[in-house]
Amino acid sequence: MNVKHFVEDKLLVIEITEDLDHHATEKIRRRADYEIQRFMPKRVIFDFNRVVFMDSAGVGLIIGRYKTACCYGGTLEMVNVSPKLKRIFEMAGLLKIIPIVDSYKEVV
Amino acid sequence: MSSIKNEMKLEFLSKSSNESFARIAVAAFASQLDPTIEEIADIKTAVSEAVTNSIIHGYSDTDGIVKVIARLTDDEIEIEISDTGIGIENIEEAKAPLFTTKSNLERSGMGFTIMENFMDNLKVESISGLGTKITMKKKIKSHERINSKYIEIK
Repeated sequence: MNVKHFVEDKLLVIEITEDLDHHATEKIRRRADYEIQRFMPKRVIFDFNRVVFMDSAGVGLIIGRYKTACCYGGTLEMVNVSPKLKRIFEMAGLLKIIPIVDSYKEVV
Repeated sequence: MSSIKNEMKLEFLSKSSNESFARIAVAAFASQLDPTIEEIADIKTAVSEAVTNSIIHGYSDTDGIVKVIARLTDDEIEIEISDTGIGIENIEEAKAPLFTTKSNLERSGMGFTIMENFMDNLKVESISGLGTKITMKKKIKSHERINSKYIEIK
């Protein structure tokens, strides 16, 4: 997991660099919560560019971080979501509350 | 019913680090049927869900054995994932989308929904206190396609 913080934009980008299953999400959620609490960003963006595999644990991870981000006055978005991942997010009804954006670089 | 062409069995401790091991092993075994990338991805996701269920629900935090059996016929894979954990009291309730007993662990309650959607057939057998057995089947369609192409070429 890599974290990029853009101070001026109050933007925190969390790049997931491994397969998202129950085993991996336990570590990721602790680190992600820590970073959100530390920077209190207006926008949190999860970057899935390097995620090859994801199961329902990824859904739980995103819903949980959505709650954390909201607690600290921020919003949550997702970027680079492959069709495979999108199918799972759609199945869980996640896309109704957490949008997929094309890129975060444009807005920076 | 076509006859079984190959079979394998895996047993491992209910450690979360084995979730990736189990899905990769089953995917490697399934590759003998020459599935598409999508079919392999579906199988991996479904196996991951079932094995995770055994580890976090079946055995909670205790050590137990998760058993995975995979059988191949000409054009189908059957996967059996079982544990001897606490079992499921109400299977219908457990299968409902978004139902979870482990919201503290941030479980989304989507496991069975994903298994049902990604596989062709899902059977859940469970006895409270004795364990749970999940049986899933998936037709590997690419195999049919390749066979028919082969015949055309001939």
